Amino acid sequence: MYNKKVKDHFMNPRNVGKIKNPDGTGEIGNPKCGDVMHIEIKVEKGIIADVKFQTFGCAAAIASSSMVTEIVKGMTIEEAEKVTNQAVADALEGLPPEKMHCSNLAADALLKAIQEYKEKQK
Amino acid sequence: MKNNTVKSAEIKKIYMDHSATTQTDPAVVEAMLPYLTKFYGNPSALYSIAEESKKAIDRSRETIASFINASPSEIIFTSCGTESDNQAIISIARLKKEKGNHIITTSIEHHAVLHTCDYLQKEGFEVTFLPVDGYGRVSAEDLKKAIKPTTILITIMHANNEVGTLQDIKTLSSIAHKNGILFHTDAVQSIGKVPVDVVEMGVDMLSSSAHKLYGPKGVGFLYVKKGVPMKPFMHGGDQERKLRAGTENVASIVGYAKAIELAKNSYEAEAIRLRNLSRYFVEELDKAVPDVVFTGHPTDRTPGHVSCCFSYIEGESVLLMLDSLGICVSSGSACTARSLAASHVLLAMGIDVTIAQGSIRFTLGHENTKDDIDYVLKHLPGIVDKFRKMSPLYEK
Repeated sequence: MYNKKVKDHFMNPRNVGKIKNPDGTGEIGNPKCGDVMHIEIKVEKGIIADVKFQTFGCAAAIASSSMVTEIVKGMTIEEAEKVTNQAVADALEGLPPEKMHCSNLAADALLKAIQEYKEKQK
Repeated sequence: MKNNTVKSAEIKKIYMDHSATTQTDPAVVEAMLPYLTKFYGNPSALYSIAEESKKAIDRSRETIASFINASPSEIIFTSCGTESDNQAIISIARLKKEKGNHIITTSIEHHAVLHTCDYLQKEGFEVTFLPVDGYGRVSAEDLKKAIKPTTILITIMHANNEVGTLQDIKTLSSIAHKNGILFHTDAVQSIGKVPVDVVEMGVDMLSSSAHKLYGPKGVGFLYVKKGVPMKPFMHGGDQERKLRAGTENVASIVGYAKAIELAKNSYEAEAIRLRNLSRYFVEELDKAVPDVVFTGHPTDRTPGHVSCCFSYIEGESVLLMLDSLGICVSSGSACTARSLAASHVLLAMGIDVTIAQGSIRFTLGHENTKDDIDYVLKHLPGIVDKFRKMSPLYEK
């Protein structure tokens, strides 16, 4: 059902946890649908210095959360906010079609965290 | 190559999904083989190898009928439990529609019954889906209240596949009969595990499938009590008293009877063994993992059936982690269902939708031992803990 890369990120997820005093947090999903993704970021000089996630959900939800954190760590805010759910799925070398809409929302959660960070800067 | 051998030897294979299907018993396979290789004649033909196939079907029908206290002429062989359910429900709906258009079922049926009722609803039939209590049991009072002058059929499953709960079919069928209504039960999950006696249970129709009791896939039967009208679902030849056209699946029918014969001699002792194993499993799991919600009736359930929900986490991830350790189980979470909705059974039982997402079902069978359970107990608490630590719902 899942490819090797998805399995790897599911079995050994990167950047799990919380950040002390995060600069932005974002949450998306609903336990009724089976997925909730929570992402926190630490920003230093416009760069995502640290990013952590917590996810309630299936293997696809966990793997896409893990992947988005790996992609954006070290990126500038401008680069990170351009990362799409599709780009995350592509980096995972594909997700089962039925998982694309419900479990592949990690980039949206990240975007919410970035928006929160930007609000705080105003 | 050498590495692969070592690796596969290290990973155990522990099958705990016997409510999904079972391994065909080697004695069943052995009984089937001559009907694939030697006596392959079409039972409708007149030469001797065909005569042997025909006799084998007759003998199988007698074995199966006797096991459920029916007459051989009351058994119609089908291709599976789903076909048996469709045959019974659609046939009665069509034949009784002059009398009325109301069917009563429950909200926890297998999709073979639920979707058949949905299909009839679209054709204009009225369907009542009875509620269940927190254990998944239908109340006799609710059934009595649901009956209308137009009710033509009541269909209630004997044992639930997801939570194992058994219904009091005898009481429910007697309510149907007092009101002159036919009663069907889906006994796919109960035959070969608990006593199934069609006279004692008072049912007019009963569905069963071979592969749930160590028989082959692709064969089922429908018991139809003498005098109950039936309409063919498959049209063609004169097989099964003109009620189910199509060349008989001879080898599988023989395998089915063999599986029943094996169950007849062993199921009572096996039920005690499985109940002891599952009791041990539940007690130890409850001690080892906090916040586990066990689902279904604690005692009135099929032997070896353990179903539970791990709060704050999602079932598919637990299932896949167990699979990586060679442990085969199932889940009723939205992520494991292609429908992307949590189990209709758990929701009907009043279980919170978030908790229902963490459902896991272990169904034990012949090959499982206490060692298997200890292996699961060794790994499962760590897996649950890992996903809880990853869950944003856990701290909230």
